[in-house]
Amino acid sequence: MEHFKNPRNMGEIPDADGVGTVGNPVCGDLMTIYIKVKDNRIGDIKFKTFGCGSAIATSSMITELAKGKTLEEGMKISRANVADSLGGLPPIKMHCSNLASDALHAAIDDYYKKQKAKEEVKK
Amino acid sequence: MSTSRRVYMDHSAGKPVDPRVIEAMLPYMRSSYGNPSSLHEFGQEAKKAMEEARTTVAELIGAERKESIIFTSGATESNNMAIKGITERYKDRGNRIVTSSIEHMSVLNTVKFMSTKGFDTVFILVDNCGIVNIESLEKQLTDKTILATIVYANGEIGTIQPIKEISKLVHDKNVFLHVDATAACGQVPINVKDENIDLLTISSNDIYGPKGMGALYVSDRVRLQPLIHGGGQERGLRSGTENVPGIVGFGKAAEIAKKEMQVESQRIVKLRDRFIEGLLKPIPYSFLNGHPTKRLPDNVSVRYSFIEGESMLLGLGMAGVAASSGSACTAKTLEPSHVLLAIGLKHEEAHGSLMFTLGKQNTEEDADYVVSLMPGIVKRLRAISPLTPKELNE
Repeated sequence: MEHFKNPRNMGEIPDADGVGTVGNPVCGDLMTIYIKVKDNRIGDIKFKTFGCGSAIATSSMITELAKGKTLEEGMKISRANVADSLGGLPPIKMHCSNLASDALHAAIDDYYKKQKAKEEVKK
Repeated sequence: MSTSRRVYMDHSAGKPVDPRVIEAMLPYMRSSYGNPSSLHEFGQEAKKAMEEARTTVAELIGAERKESIIFTSGATESNNMAIKGITERYKDRGNRIVTSSIEHMSVLNTVKFMSTKGFDTVFILVDNCGIVNIESLEKQLTDKTILATIVYANGEIGTIQPIKEISKLVHDKNVFLHVDATAACGQVPINVKDENIDLLTISSNDIYGPKGMGALYVSDRVRLQPLIHGGGQERGLRSGTENVPGIVGFGKAAEIAKKEMQVESQRIVKLRDRFIEGLLKPIPYSFLNGHPTKRLPDNVSVRYSFIEGESMLLGLGMAGVAASSGSACTAKTLEPSHVLLAIGLKHEEAHGSLMFTLGKQNTEEDADYVVSLMPGIVKRLRAISPLTPKELNE
């Protein structure tokens, strides 16, 4: 409830190093996570979410969990971690926590892809 | 949250029982608890009260004979009884059942079940306001059609169907008409004779009676196959010892509804229209679902673009307001309401819908309170949503 009432890290990062969007408004959930990476760590992280209360709360929670972590640690944050940190979610809402971890992983993948592209340009 | 204010606006889901109804029911639990089938005094007291209730329920819907009212456990049973009972009884006449795409689940799923029994089922589309497409209905009523089942007014979006016109079409083709009047009964006048309805479903709680009670009106020209067999109660159509306190309560609720409906509906319509204006006017990208005027007095179904209904409900809930969402995110599937999709809304629009259903105890102050909350809730969620156009958040 607290993370729905007062979501942390809500918003966008215009010059993000990685952006991950998952879900589909047709299904009622759409989540975007923006990350800034410094020294292989997630520095700044923000989210935007269209969805139910659980979707908003899980987005907020995952940004809290991921902030300051290394990218490898970020990739390891699982759907279960998110739900546990919120004190559990009803079974029907578990897809919300899946969505949040998927969005984070997508943002990190996007960062890796962009880095690779940059390196190739250098070569 | 300092507020302890509570506003209940989910009357289509459940209503309080009128205190006069509770009073009327009590003696049939405390002292006149006999079985209406028994010949002794205890039984006959119960029987008398039950038959009086049957009369007031019949009067509420303009039925000429009280015997045409069959008491059931609620609208779901009545709908099942009508659809299964008529198709089973008249299956030698044909195998087609025609219904609309905005029926209650207890009609929709019963009709779908009948398709597994070899019946040919047709779901008529509705327009953007939720009115059944009459031309399409006419086309689909074939020689093989035995039953048309159409909702009087849909409880989710409130759209009232042109039942008289539908009834004429259906009877011109020699087809039986079942009407689910669960949401409409007690709010708008219904007359089964004038409107020429063969079977009509009504529910007790929807008219401020006890839950777990309903009735099916069965006109004299129809014969049904019963769903429940046993001791032959309710003219053999619905066996099982009658729920006398429930029936007495339903009867009292019907008596009150008949007396007070006109004045109360006028009050609620005024409240509804003021409420709709308050909910929509100050907020851009907000819309009314359903028909602007052919609408149940209690129904306020609105939608706000770019955000999701359940998160709005949570916001309202934290401020003490009980409403409902068109979104089935709260239900067992992720699919939004079939009714909202049937009126042509996109999935994300349907997900952004909110439903308020007003009741006797709701006041203008209640409506104004909710109106005062809505802009803040919408603004906050739109700021979080990735779908919101940038200029809206500035």
